[in-house]
Amino acid sequence: MSIKMKDVINKKSPMTQGHRMCPGCGAPTAVHQGLMGVDYPLVIVNATGCLEVSTTVYPFSAWSVPWIHTAFENAGAGASGVEAAYQALKKRGKIDKDIKFVAFGGDGGTYDIGLQSLSGALERGHDFTYICYNNQGYMNTGAQRSSATPRGASATTSPAGKVIPGKLQKPKDLTSIAAAHHIPYVAQTTLYNHMDVANKVKKAIETPGPAFVNILVPCVLFWRLDPALQGDICKKAADTRFWPIYEVEDGEWKLTYKPKKRVPVEEFLKPQGRYAHLFKGEKSKALLEQAQADIEKDWQYILERTGETWEPQE
Amino acid sequence: MPRKEITSGNWAFAEAMRQINPDVVAAYPITPSTDIIMKFADFVSNGEVDTNFVTVESEHSAITACVTASASGARVMTASSANGVALMHEIFPIAGCFRTPIVFGLVNRSVGAPINIHCDHSDSMGQRDHGWIHLYSEDAQEAYDTAIMSVKLSEHSDILTPVFVCQDGFITSHGFEPVEYLDDDVVKKYVGEREPINSLLDTDNPVTYGSFAMSEYYFEIKRQQIEAHKKTLELYDGIARDFEKVSGRYYPMIDQYRTEDADYVIVVMSSASGAVKDVVDDMRDKGHKVGCLRVRMFRPFPTEAVAAALKGKKAVAVLDRALSIGGTAPLVAEIRSALYNSGEMIPVNSCIYGLGGRDFFPKYAEEIFTDLENGKITPEERYIGLLE
Repeated sequence: MSIKMKDVINKKSPMTQGHRMCPGCGAPTAVHQGLMGVDYPLVIVNATGCLEVSTTVYPFSAWSVPWIHTAFENAGAGASGVEAAYQALKKRGKIDKDIKFVAFGGDGGTYDIGLQSLSGALERGHDFTYICYNNQGYMNTGAQRSSATPRGASATTSPAGKVIPGKLQKPKDLTSIAAAHHIPYVAQTTLYNHMDVANKVKKAIETPGPAFVNILVPCVLFWRLDPALQGDICKKAADTRFWPIYEVEDGEWKLTYKPKKRVPVEEFLKPQGRYAHLFKGEKSKALLEQAQADIEKDWQYILERTGETWEPQE
Repeated sequence: MPRKEITSGNWAFAEAMRQINPDVVAAYPITPSTDIIMKFADFVSNGEVDTNFVTVESEHSAITACVTASASGARVMTASSANGVALMHEIFPIAGCFRTPIVFGLVNRSVGAPINIHCDHSDSMGQRDHGWIHLYSEDAQEAYDTAIMSVKLSEHSDILTPVFVCQDGFITSHGFEPVEYLDDDVVKKYVGEREPINSLLDTDNPVTYGSFAMSEYYFEIKRQQIEAHKKTLELYDGIARDFEKVSGRYYPMIDQYRTEDADYVIVVMSSASGAVKDVVDDMRDKGHKVGCLRVRMFRPFPTEAVAAALKGKKAVAVLDRALSIGGTAPLVAEIRSALYNSGEMIPVNSCIYGLGGRDFFPKYAEEIFTDLENGKITPEERYIGLLE
């Protein structure tokens, strides 16, 4: 059953204030919005990344729940070990609580270096939720490209230069890859509507077995975005269909947000400095056309899987 | 009643796992340790243990899951070899620093390249500096006993350090020999229940594991691990004597074989000590004053015990089954350091043997002793059994 604002408004996030994330960063917002609807005791596993380093600067910790970080590429395996210990100790009568397990990783730790570990954990069926806070690049180390970086974005290892206009390749569709594990619950969302994040994460956590939630979050520093526009840019990502909002529940694909109008991708791209080169020079028009064409193709793919149609108001 | 079986080192280790019945085993197969995991999988499938057996997709995930399961208060075991151990490398220092008890069956195998499935110690020696206890077993009996004893060692509240229980790949792991097993209830009582501290599953008392500690704190945290290793040296013998009370078998940090009145000593680890001890007996019969010192505990290194055992010897040869290419092999480096620190300026020959499973014959040990007796001491490494 979906939760309402009044259910969560007075709840405390397991991640407290005083952490050292950038003002306007989407990752803490994803943590707060995602976990505020959860009523179970939690244990958090965190891959190396901004969220990990900035919330646990020794001797401080922003986490009021048990939390563990081992390395970059292994949050899936880390969660597997904690969950395996929990199942073993519960079976042996050493624990009687119902505890839930959540792993957080950025797109670097999830799409790229940690993909094997995540896939293994999903296949083995551990009862846990993996949340990718996806800011589309290796932002902790200075905005290098990842396999989640969109085509056309400038990143420090795929910079927009005189000859090459930023990253040339389309990002990997990790949400579909997670869904291809045929696990009970997979979802994709962004910070466009906090109750959507809260409800999807709650559903993921309460569904027995593995679940995966891919949350697009802005890195205001390296998207080169006004920090005040965190929610606004996420709304534009959803409205331009740059980031389709959907879930896959027991293999059933469902769009959970359909934009009413057709909004051109420029609205999402223009406020971000990482796309500045798409708005000047002779190649500009072709690059924007490519960005729009990528969206249309990916949207069609989602529509086919959901069996839905989309009729925007013209 | 203890029962005797003809079995292999791997199966003996797996039998120890069955009797310990750990909470969690997370493992990935690799030759020659695979038998341990397959045998244990049979125990799981047949209900002989109720361990949560996590069949991960890589060694990296195996050791990661072991660390996080141990941080969650579970009793944890695993096994691996060679390149699997190398793949785990990143996580070993994390396990050491988190002070997460783990008993790890390390079946020694050479690390590629060239790819080679046979024994040397390059895999475990590659992990020597990261806050794990390293114990090397001479035979299958010792691998079995050490597995059981290491549960107590690893979980001791003043130690809380993961343990490698090493045995020689194929030589010990696949060779069949008689092993005396303790009764199940004796093992169960001896290992008892783990009493974890700082468990992740204690949600009323939340802890943060693996935080970000920069130059202000990192050094001090490492210092604490050094203290735990020093404590291990102090506490080890008591734990070994406690194990002797239940098993009748005593495993000191160093195994001194006819060294007391010896003039010439070979220092060696793991299974090759068998051949060396035979040669010691033969040569003793002919009047030669020779002995064998087997180093069982490599980390923490029992520097003082080794120096005391070698005090006054005329010459020593150290056999290393691993290289430090371009430098000094690991065991001989420790021995020379121990002797130097104690003021014993004893001539030492450094002998590399057995790489990639190259046979070590008794005649080699005899030649090594003869060179010591004849004063043939060289500063250069010697290569035993190498075709040049």
